[in-house]
Amino acid sequence: MEFLLQQLVNGITLGGVYALVALGYTMVYGIIQLINFAHGEIYAAGGYMGVILISWLFSQGFPPAVCLGAALVLAMGYCAMLAMAVEKVAYKPLRQSSRLSVLLSALGMSIFLQNGLMLTQGVYDRAYPTEMVQGGFEFGGAVVSWMQVIIVGVTVLLLVALNLLVFKTRIGKAMRATAQDKTMSALVGINSNRIISLTFAIGAGLAAAAGIMVGLYYGSVRYDMGFVPGVKAFSAAVLGGIGNITGAMLGGLIIGMIEVLAAGYISSEYKDVFAFVILIAVLYFMPTGIMGENVDDTRV
Amino acid sequence: MTIRASKLWLGYGLAMVWFYFLLWPLMGIKPEGLEFQTSLAVWGKVAAASAVLLALYQLKQGGAFRFLEKPAQAGAEALAAVTGRVPTWLALCVVAGAAVAFPFLTERYAHDVAISVLVYIILGLGLNVVVGLAGLLDLGYIAFFGVGAYTYALMSVHFGLSFWLCLPISGCFAAIAGCIIGYPTLRMRGDYLAIVTLGFGEIVRIVINNWMSLTNGPNGILGIKAPGAYWFNKGSFEHIWLNNLEQLYFVILGLAVFTIVAVYRLNYSRIGRAFEAVREDQTAAELMGVNTLRLKLLAYALGAVFGGLAGTFFAARMKFVSPESFTFIESAMVLAMVVLGGMGSIPGVILGSLALIALPEVFRGFELYRMFVFGGVMAVMMLFRPRGLWPAKRMGVRSEEKD
Repeated sequence: MEFLLQQLVNGITLGGVYALVALGYTMVYGIIQLINFAHGEIYAAGGYMGVILISWLFSQGFPPAVCLGAALVLAMGYCAMLAMAVEKVAYKPLRQSSRLSVLLSALGMSIFLQNGLMLTQGVYDRAYPTEMVQGGFEFGGAVVSWMQVIIVGVTVLLLVALNLLVFKTRIGKAMRATAQDKTMSALVGINSNRIISLTFAIGAGLAAAAGIMVGLYYGSVRYDMGFVPGVKAFSAAVLGGIGNITGAMLGGLIIGMIEVLAAGYISSEYKDVFAFVILIAVLYFMPTGIMGENVDDTRV
Repeated sequence: MTIRASKLWLGYGLAMVWFYFLLWPLMGIKPEGLEFQTSLAVWGKVAAASAVLLALYQLKQGGAFRFLEKPAQAGAEALAAVTGRVPTWLALCVVAGAAVAFPFLTERYAHDVAISVLVYIILGLGLNVVVGLAGLLDLGYIAFFGVGAYTYALMSVHFGLSFWLCLPISGCFAAIAGCIIGYPTLRMRGDYLAIVTLGFGEIVRIVINNWMSLTNGPNGILGIKAPGAYWFNKGSFEHIWLNNLEQLYFVILGLAVFTIVAVYRLNYSRIGRAFEAVREDQTAAELMGVNTLRLKLLAYALGAVFGGLAGTFFAARMKFVSPESFTFIESAMVLAMVVLGGMGSIPGVILGSLALIALPEVFRGFELYRMFVFGGVMAVMMLFRPRGLWPAKRMGVRSEEKD
């Protein structure tokens, strides 16, 4: 029982991270029907920016809370800029070409960014200064570290902020309109290029936050850390119904939980397989996902 | 459409400022303090290079190179006239002659590179059946390569079966794996298919990595036998192992020629045309009586067979297999060859493998930058030459493009 509770706590932490990354996939897919392969690399870049900024700020003698907060905000901004640059260079000129071309361009960008990270940051793991936040508390037999509390807290904060942005503001309305029908929304005066750029920026910001959380949680980052979580987060987005923001959050949580429980009860060697199996099963049995609407057959 | 010069350079300036903001934090912020020199040096090089390119582009738009156009065109026409007069069989004979003479004219190192190129040609052509002909984007193709390699490795180590016997067995196993992977994906289209095949490729690798009792996990399998052959010696046939690189080169050359002929024949067969029909418009193909589900499965199986053959040879050549050789990046590499060369085009795929395997060997000193440049080139190719270096003649317009 205590073991189960512990796994659930870990699952929520991990699931929140997947949810943050999945949102980037689902928002971009919803608006331009592209699997943004480079998204995993944006997440890795966020993790690296986190370690770079936190180490620097920490060495300047700032208190841990300031380090963390500033690093989070700056890394999110950095990744937003990076994603907007990627979109401008590699996706925007291809808006009229076949979907295969854009997909391959995204794949190329993913390899490019991953190796760019490797060239500037080295091939070895880079350690996070995890000694900043230590300790935790016991809850019904399960140990919850303060780090996990921070991760879940920030994740919830970001998810609420995103929901408010998408469902309560004018910009959010414009985003939803563009996702529904690009031509029509352009006709009513929405600058769709700007909205697409913004979507990339928001998704990247969330991914950057996720990258920092994972770095803090596992204590290190690596240049190729983006690939597997990227595919898992995409599975989460598909599970929740691609294009659906609430669905992506739910999907992320489910994938995180399943992964942690499967690693705990079945086999930790095969934990990466479960996410893929879920992805395939969902696409086979209910391609629209949990919360997705009917998708026309060109998408499936 | 020409863009005004001032606007062009303003955009360039903005892009460079943006680029510096992205570059500096990665290179300049260190726990010891902030530093600008290294990032500025890199930035300066990139900015200068792109300024030169932009200036050349502008000059070209302005007509500064018009004086070159006439001689260039005349040259191209003359070349086309000469090549047009040479019959195809003669050109093929020259290429075949060069391929056969190659190991006698070059060093050991060149043999090694040539063998890798030929392995990748087989892989590229196999993937070409799936992606180029049938239009199914497969991001987990390297899994079949792995299945082939492990089939031979296990058969050779445990049962002592010979390479030549295992070649068809591996092909069959890979085909079965292709059907297993292909079956659940039959109803999907386009990009969902891509991500699912990617997932399958990873599953195969993870299983190989963790199934200790069968595959010895990450340590891999050692002691795989080289291909054997009977060779006429002193009046009688005797059995020899094809251990040295020259002999292996001829084995893989034979396999590559077999693959090229097979794919060429497939291209112009009824099935090949049906594949293309499925690629161009699935609904229309179905209406014309093409059994699309069965054909897609066949495309997967056929592509997988070539992957399996290449894998068998790979295991025999390396005498060692481990899951590290079958990562996603290898799938991306093979896909990049197909795309770079031109989807659906046989000479294109051969050209693509040469460009991606042989060319980096020439620039050995820049080994670290290899994948970096490769990713960039892949994105740039999609912008400027989406149909590849040597496009197939019969590529139509994809139905998705039209809507």
